[in-house]
Amino acid sequence: MKNKSLISITDYSKAEYLRLIEIAEEFEQNPKQQLLEGVVIASLFFEPSTRTRLSFESAINRLGGKIVGFTDAASSSVKKGESLKDTILTVSNYSDLIVMRHPLEGSSRFASEIAPVPVVNAGDGANQHPTQCMLDLYSIKKTQNTLDNLNVALVGDLKYGRTVHSLMMAMSNFNTTFNFISPNELRMPDTYKNYLDNQNIRYYEHDNLEEAIPHADIIYMTRVQRERFSDPIEYEKVKNSYVLRNAMLDQTKDNMRILHPLPRVSEIHEDVDSNPKAYYFQQALNGVYMRQAIISSILGLK
Amino acid sequence: MKDKTLSVSAIGKGTVIDHIPADSLFDVLSILKLDELDSQITFGTNLKSEKYGKKAIIKLEGKFFKDDEINRIALVAPEAKLNIIDDYHVVEKKVVGLPDEVEGIAKCMNPKCVTNQENIITKFTVIDKKHVDLKCHYCEKVTDKPNLEII
Repeated sequence: MKNKSLISITDYSKAEYLRLIEIAEEFEQNPKQQLLEGVVIASLFFEPSTRTRLSFESAINRLGGKIVGFTDAASSSVKKGESLKDTILTVSNYSDLIVMRHPLEGSSRFASEIAPVPVVNAGDGANQHPTQCMLDLYSIKKTQNTLDNLNVALVGDLKYGRTVHSLMMAMSNFNTTFNFISPNELRMPDTYKNYLDNQNIRYYEHDNLEEAIPHADIIYMTRVQRERFSDPIEYEKVKNSYVLRNAMLDQTKDNMRILHPLPRVSEIHEDVDSNPKAYYFQQALNGVYMRQAIISSILGLK
Repeated sequence: MKDKTLSVSAIGKGTVIDHIPADSLFDVLSILKLDELDSQITFGTNLKSEKYGKKAIIKLEGKFFKDDEINRIALVAPEAKLNIIDDYHVVEKKVVGLPDEVEGIAKCMNPKCVTNQENIITKFTVIDKKHVDLKCHYCEKVTDKPNLEII
């Protein structure tokens, strides 16, 4: 993976996912390794994303690296009208690797093609957020001790949710059985279902949350947003049907764990938080180990 | 050469591009950069066609295309036919075929795509040649035929 930019989850192979998970496990055992001494990482957040930025900065700091960059476009030369190309070429002079978040889709791919240093995509609009997907894989591996042959329920906005699309693509390498639970307006797009059909991977679609979760090993929750509905009455009708509550968890498997990319709004009731099956806060911590693994392996230090 | 229409005068040596949909003529001229060519070009449009109702035809004196050059027009004129002319006779016939990758011709339909905001040459993978579905190399969204716009 040395010098290989990470832009889209499909840029990496199954073997590379597994290698990164192994490295993340090592960092979890021993998070403070001074591998990045003398290394400068550019952290370019063209739009604010506090959670992702802090996770990256924490990972870099724990590895002893230094960070240069900006936290939103208003405090950079972008405001003066500088092109993305010029910003990337300039910053490449000051750093060994670029972590970049940008509102435009495809911006990270473009940056990776012009930058002489590797680029890690920390989210390009609604397109890709591969480090989130890698930390989701790590969380699944950690809670289930395997990635193979699992039953994964994806819940909520399956039409626009980039995290569920990436996770589905990545998990399709591991003989997963998928259950898609969403309102009719937000179903999994045909392109993804066709992909699964071609790979002979089983999936089932439901509009009822309770009927789909008893067999799940992983329930991956996402938010159903009001603005996704053309008809506000439709939203009102379905908004409470995709809320996970503690009482619903009695019928689920003991090994089942609930994941959520966060921020959560109301789709997981707070009464779930104290249930041992709730895993979303530990999931966020796993993001630091996984980002340590990604950065150190791209820089050839692991 | 038996030219049924003869609405556009014949050429001695060069290329005739026939069966262009009439509303794609100017896209074809621009994709092939014929505005920069200094040899003789004649074209006719809104000619009668059994296939389209109205078609266009372009005749280029002394101009020959490489396959990958001419295939670029398949996006807007998928049924175009090429007649290679020598001494007023058709010596070869060719059809155009959609390439696997399309660079710098089409616009990505996603308004949030970086190629629509920065000065970047567009690049697509043709994922469905029959329906002309283009997947953007950058934003990964698909631009389909009804939303296809030529730059």
